Amino acid sequence: MPEPSAGATLELRDVRKTFGAVVALDSASLVVRPGSIHGLVGENGAGKSTLVKIVAGVHHRDSGDLLLEGRSVDFSSTAESKAAGVAVIYQEPTLFPDLSVTENIFMGRQPLAGGRRIDRAAMYAEAERLFTRLGVRLDPRRPAEGLSIADQQIIEIAKAISLDARLLIMDEPTAALSGVEVDRLFAVARSLRDEGRALIFISHRFDEVFSLCDTVTVMRDGRYIATHPVAQTSVDQTVALMVGREVGDLFPKTPATIGEPVLSVEGLTTAGVFHDVGFEVRAGEIVGLAGLVGAGRSEIARAVFGVDRYDAGSVRLRGRPVPPHNPRAAIRAGMAFIPEDRRKQGLVTNASVARNVAGVIRSSLSRAGLLTPRAESRAAGPWAGRLEVKTGALDMDAATMSGGNQQKVVIAKWLATKPSLLIIDEPTRGIDVGTKAEVHRLLSELAGEGLAILMISSELPEVLGMADRVLVVCEGRLTADIDRADATPETVMKAATRALETHR
Amino acid sequence: MTTTRSYQSHQHPIWRRVLVTPEVAVIALLVLVVVWAETSVPNFSGPLTFPFLVLDAAPILLIALPMTLVIVTGEIDLSVASVVGLSSVLVGMLHHDGMSIPVAGVIALAVGLLCGLLNGFLVAYVGLPSLAVTIGTLALYRGIAVGLLGTKAVTDFPLKWTNLAQSGFFTGRLPYIVVPIVVLGVVFVLLLHFTSFGRGVFDIGLNSEAAHFSGVDVARTKLVVFAATGVVSAFAGIYYTLRYGSARGDNATGLELQVIAAVLLGGVSIFGGRGALHGVLGGVLLIAVISSALRLENVTVNVINIIIGLLLVLSVLSSSLLAWVSRLRSAGGVGRGRSGPRARRVAA
Repeated sequence: MPEPSAGATLELRDVRKTFGAVVALDSASLVVRPGSIHGLVGENGAGKSTLVKIVAGVHHRDSGDLLLEGRSVDFSSTAESKAAGVAVIYQEPTLFPDLSVTENIFMGRQPLAGGRRIDRAAMYAEAERLFTRLGVRLDPRRPAEGLSIADQQIIEIAKAISLDARLLIMDEPTAALSGVEVDRLFAVARSLRDEGRALIFISHRFDEVFSLCDTVTVMRDGRYIATHPVAQTSVDQTVALMVGREVGDLFPKTPATIGEPVLSVEGLTTAGVFHDVGFEVRAGEIVGLAGLVGAGRSEIARAVFGVDRYDAGSVRLRGRPVPPHNPRAAIRAGMAFIPEDRRKQGLVTNASVARNVAGVIRSSLSRAGLLTPRAESRAAGPWAGRLEVKTGALDMDAATMSGGNQQKVVIAKWLATKPSLLIIDEPTRGIDVGTKAEVHRLLSELAGEGLAILMISSELPEVLGMADRVLVVCEGRLTADIDRADATPETVMKAATRALETHR
Repeated sequence: MTTTRSYQSHQHPIWRRVLVTPEVAVIALLVLVVVWAETSVPNFSGPLTFPFLVLDAAPILLIALPMTLVIVTGEIDLSVASVVGLSSVLVGMLHHDGMSIPVAGVIALAVGLLCGLLNGFLVAYVGLPSLAVTIGTLALYRGIAVGLLGTKAVTDFPLKWTNLAQSGFFTGRLPYIVVPIVVLGVVFVLLLHFTSFGRGVFDIGLNSEAAHFSGVDVARTKLVVFAATGVVSAFAGIYYTLRYGSARGDNATGLELQVIAAVLLGGVSIFGGRGALHGVLGGVLLIAVISSALRLENVTVNVINIIIGLLLVLSVLSSSLLAWVSRLRSAGGVGRGRSGPRARRVAA
């Protein structure tokens, strides 16, 4: 627990939040003082975003205390948190593109002149004053459309100041900014601090956290870990706190014979997303693709499989080139792709288990061009059985099943295609512990049968436990290729945050 | 994972799966209305009622087949009646210029295909919303049709061909148009319900992103269903022209709404992903029988429209009510020991 403090702008004590069976926040605590910039760091899934959403009134906490300027508060909407003086600046603000900069700042609370007319002159003058105070040059009359993300953030900040927000939360604001823009944002942040406001700064870039913040709090697995003044800690110590947990042999990966290369990717590039990505996955090998959320891991996988286009580079499967942007060709070549978002991309939730499992192989089930539900059922049964899908009957809608069971349906669907390469994005996201272990055992078993597996995961223990080799992606580039023996939470996290300069 | 589970194919016995559906409800209503009309509407049981009913409903019935596929993918095609009009004008003009009906017909079908391909291309490959695209082409195709023929009409069609469209087997009791209706009906039933392509049509309507991720060619599938709608509408246009012996630019104006109303009445979801062609057949015939019976009862067209409109609203309302009831039932099912995942979903 951080030390409680009189006069703190924001104080959280043992805040807990669960979504169904998933614990997003276990016991989060945080003390933010006025006139300070407080860094909040942690791995993906450590609970930072959930914490922000609770303070912003998006989610409601299950238990624990939330105090704003010493008073216990209980927000049930973002409007309430705004009224209480909390402002959140997101990575990509959502402005009304067709309205002017000024109208965006005063949305919903335009100053009125006589006869309930909107007083535009007063609005523009006030916007002008705000921009001068922030030291930025923006035309208050121009439309928001076409503004850079940095300028959009400034507008959000101007809005926050005009509301006299006491607490500003910046959730990864610098992810899409250039160097100059970052400097300007930092200058604004420092001037707000000097006015006595409290700021929370969330970032994966340690250099920024250490140059801007005066205090840093580390979170891990939904829990508060430690708070240190920046002057008294180091990057290494912070990384160690972020990942500090026993990996052990949580997921016993059985050794498999590594064979010939199955997937070869060379120079894969999509402007602004990933750049010059090249790697191989061999038969029997599980390659983990690690990195922070937004680093471009899923985008690389989607490009390889062909659901997204790419600008340059080549993908080959067992030596044969795979045409770009054509999932059908990729499937024919022997690729299977289990996407990140099960409900949106992985399965048709309102169709039956049988139709989902037979969903990719159905054209081969046709007799004289005709496909019967009976043929689908027959083909789906054994695969659902191998995955131990729990369902009463094969014609039940997939929508009624738990996340773990749905994931089994998606895996069954792709194994039915008898692929030579399986790309699996977040294999165990949002599924219960028991099913998680089953999925891991299955992946290990499949690799043993000679399947090449490319596994993307934001859970470091999963990557370290399962992968024969870990590729680390940072800001669209491969920054490290680490063997199982050398892969530790520290080496992976450092490469993921660009701290490991030698690997670049 | 060496143990293999085995599964039942179905949750419910076959009679329940087949009979407890919105499609069967529509067909049951159709039977009830027919029985009522046969017994209490004077002249409904006469020999001319059925042939005329089929002749009148044929264009709607034909176009409803591909329209069902379009709506199941989650799209809509409002331009069908304009394609009927354009096809009618083409057949009339080309015949007037000395071309034989079959050759003129083939050209009209080809133009119908092009109309459908243009709709499909704009929706599937350019990514425009089908509602907007086909409101545009509704005006465009109708405009071309009226522009080509002006306010004139071509009426000098050979008796041989107009007879073919107006008469039938057994001295006219079973119109010849039933043959193409049955053939196309079988083709579309097989295509939608018994092919991999048809599964793709449903998947796109339910979740087009997941369909894309599973290797369904979403764009090509949409192009095909729009193209099919264009061709069938053009065929309906040829029939329409010969049936009434008149090619006019404003033929079949407003028919698109009758087609869509019948499809929706037949239990097809306007949001896509749900529906079956036997329900659509029931929907088209239900509207046709009601209009025909009420006309024989000397009810005015306006009143008939009011009744059909109310029926459509009621059918949409009842399907929402049914969905609500089945949600309540599955929520209640937890206590009766139904499967766990269902319970969790209801709690969430």
